[in-house]
Amino acid sequence: MELLYAMTTGVLTASGLYLTLRGRTFPVVVGLTLLSYAVNLFLFSMGGLTTDGAAIVSEGTGYADPLPQALVLTAIVIGFAMTAFVVILAMRARSEMGNDHVDGKKEDRE
Amino acid sequence: MMQHLIVFPVVLPLVAGILLLYQRQGLVRYKRTVSVTATVLLLLVAIGLLRQAAGGEITYYALGDWQAPFGIVLVLDRLSALMLLLTAVLAVGAVVFACAGDDEKGSNFHGLFQWQLLGINGAFLTGDLFNLFVFFEVLLLASYALLLHGGGKARIQASVHYVVLNLAGSSLFLIAVGILYGATGTLNMADMAIRVAELPAEREGLVTAGALMLLVVFGLKAAILPLYFWLPKAYASAPAPVAALFAIMTKVGIYAILRVYSLIFGDSAGGLEALEQPWVWWLSLATLAAAGIGVLAARDLRLLVAYLVLVSVGTLLAGIGMRSPQAVSALLYYLIHTTLITGGLFLLAEMIGLQRGKAGTRIVKGRPMVQGTALAMLFFVGAIAVAGIPPFSGAFGKALMLNAAEGNQRLWLWPLLLLTSLASLIALSRAGSTLFWRSHRGTISGTPLSRCQWFGVIWLLSAAPLLVAMAGPVSSYTQATAEQLATPQVLIRTLLPDAGDAQ
Repeated sequence: MELLYAMTTGVLTASGLYLTLRGRTFPVVVGLTLLSYAVNLFLFSMGGLTTDGAAIVSEGTGYADPLPQALVLTAIVIGFAMTAFVVILAMRARSEMGNDHVDGKKEDRE
Repeated sequence: MMQHLIVFPVVLPLVAGILLLYQRQGLVRYKRTVSVTATVLLLLVAIGLLRQAAGGEITYYALGDWQAPFGIVLVLDRLSALMLLLTAVLAVGAVVFACAGDDEKGSNFHGLFQWQLLGINGAFLTGDLFNLFVFFEVLLLASYALLLHGGGKARIQASVHYVVLNLAGSSLFLIAVGILYGATGTLNMADMAIRVAELPAEREGLVTAGALMLLVVFGLKAAILPLYFWLPKAYASAPAPVAALFAIMTKVGIYAILRVYSLIFGDSAGGLEALEQPWVWWLSLATLAAAGIGVLAARDLRLLVAYLVLVSVGTLLAGIGMRSPQAVSALLYYLIHTTLITGGLFLLAEMIGLQRGKAGTRIVKGRPMVQGTALAMLFFVGAIAVAGIPPFSGAFGKALMLNAAEGNQRLWLWPLLLLTSLASLIALSRAGSTLFWRSHRGTISGTPLSRCQWFGVIWLLSAAPLLVAMAGPVSSYTQATAEQLATPQVLIRTLLPDAGDAQ
C-alpha cells in the first residue's frame, strides 16, 4: 500500500508542477488543484499510514494519528477557497485582457 | 482582563470585519467610523502589549485552555509585541488615508483591510507552525482581494502572478510543515525546538529538507532574490493604502525566518544549527544588488518605491545572515524605519500622482502641482530617510547594520549596502527634480488634497525624525529583543515547564 500511496502522491505532484508551469491560466489552475491534492495526501501520510486503526483513542487497539486528519481537513477547506478565488480571477483576467495567457499577452508564435 | 489582552489583536479586527460585512453597500460614514475606531483601538492594545512584553517576561495565551504542546497557543515576547505595534501604526496611517475616497472604489475595502490585519497579527503571535500557515492564508486571501480593489488591467495582470505564486508557495509550506511534523511529531514551535535538539541522526536529512523548504516559502513572502519578481508590479499597481499596508507583508516573511530559525534551529539544534545562514547571507547580498539596479531602472515613482522595499528586504536579510545579536538588533531598528517610511512613500506617490493629472506617477515632465511645495518637502524628508542620509532614521539604521558586520562580512556588506544607498539617492534625486522642478509652463493641475491624506502621509513619515529622537529607547528595546531571541530556552521553558529539564 505504501508504494502505491507514494506513487500516487508523486505522480500528482509531478503533473501538478508541470501544469503550473504552463503559459495559460486554465492549465495553471488545474495544476494548482492537483498540487493541493498531492499536498493533502502527503500531509495525511506524514502521521504514518495505519490500517484498521481506531479513529479515536481506544483502549487496547492502536489508533490512527488524529493530527494529520485535522491538518488535512483545514488544508482542504483553505485549498477550496483558494481554488475558487483563482478560478474567478482567471476568468476576470480572460475578460479584461482578451486572452488567457498568464502574462496577459498573446505569444508571437501562437 | 490583562491576561486576555494577547488575544485582542486577533479578535478585534475579526469582530470589526464582521461588523463591516453587515453593511456592504452605502453608509460610508458608518464603515469608516468602525474601521478607524477598530484600528485605533488596535494601536492602543498594541501599546499595552508592548509595555507588557518590555520587561522581558514571555506571556502566552492558551486558546480554550489547552496547554502546549497539544493546544494552540499565542505567544507574546518582545519581538511579536514590536511587530504588532508596528503593524498598528502603519495601519492607522493607511486606513485614514483610505478614508479620503480610495475605500469607495470597490466593495468592502474596510472589511478586507481588517481581515488583513487579523492575518498579520495572528502570524506575529502564533506559536504553532500550522497556525502560522493558517494565518498566512488569511492574510494572503485578504491581500488578493485588496490588490484587486478598484479593478483595472494592470492590477489584474499583477494579481494573477501574485496569486498563482503564493498558491504554489502555500502548497510548499504545507509540504514543509508535513515533513517537519513527520520527522519530529509536533507542530508547536517550542516543542519542535526540543525535539530537534534530540533528533536521531537518521532523521537529520529529512528535517534539513523541511527547514530549507520553509526558507523557500518565507523567502517568497519576504521577496528574496530568485523569488521577488512578483513584487514590483504588484506593489506598484495596488491602491495606495493597500500598498502601504503591504509594506509590512514582506516583513512577515522576515519575521517568520527570524522566529523559526532562532527558535527551532537555534544554538541547541546540534548538527542543524544555523542551517539557513549561508543561504540567507548570500541571497540577501544578491537581492541588494538586484534591487539597486531596479531602483535605477524604475521609470515610475511607485515602481521606484517598490524597488526600495526590495532594498530594505535585502538589508534586513543580511542582518539575519550575520547571525549575531548585534546584527539582529540593528535589523529590528532598520525594520521599524523602513516599514513606516516605505509605507509613507507609497501614500505620497499616490498624492503626487493625483495632483499631476495625466502624467500620474510616471517620472516625466508634467504640469505644476497645486500643493507642490508641501508635497516636495514631504518627498524630501521621505527620500532622505529611505536613502539613508543623515539626519534621519535611515542613516542611523544603516550605520547600525554596517557596524554589526564582522570581519569577512564587512568586505561584502559594506560596498553593497553603500552602493545601493547611492543608487537609491541618485534615483530619488532624479525623480524628485523631474517631478517638482521640470514642469511645463501652463495651468496648475490638480485639486487640493483632503486632510485625511495629509494626515496619513505625515503620520508615517514623521517616523523619520522621531526614530532618531528616540533612538536611545528604541535601540535599547531592539537590543533586549535580540538577546531574548538568542536565548530561546526561556520561551521554551515558559511554554513547556515540564520539558525544562531537557534543555
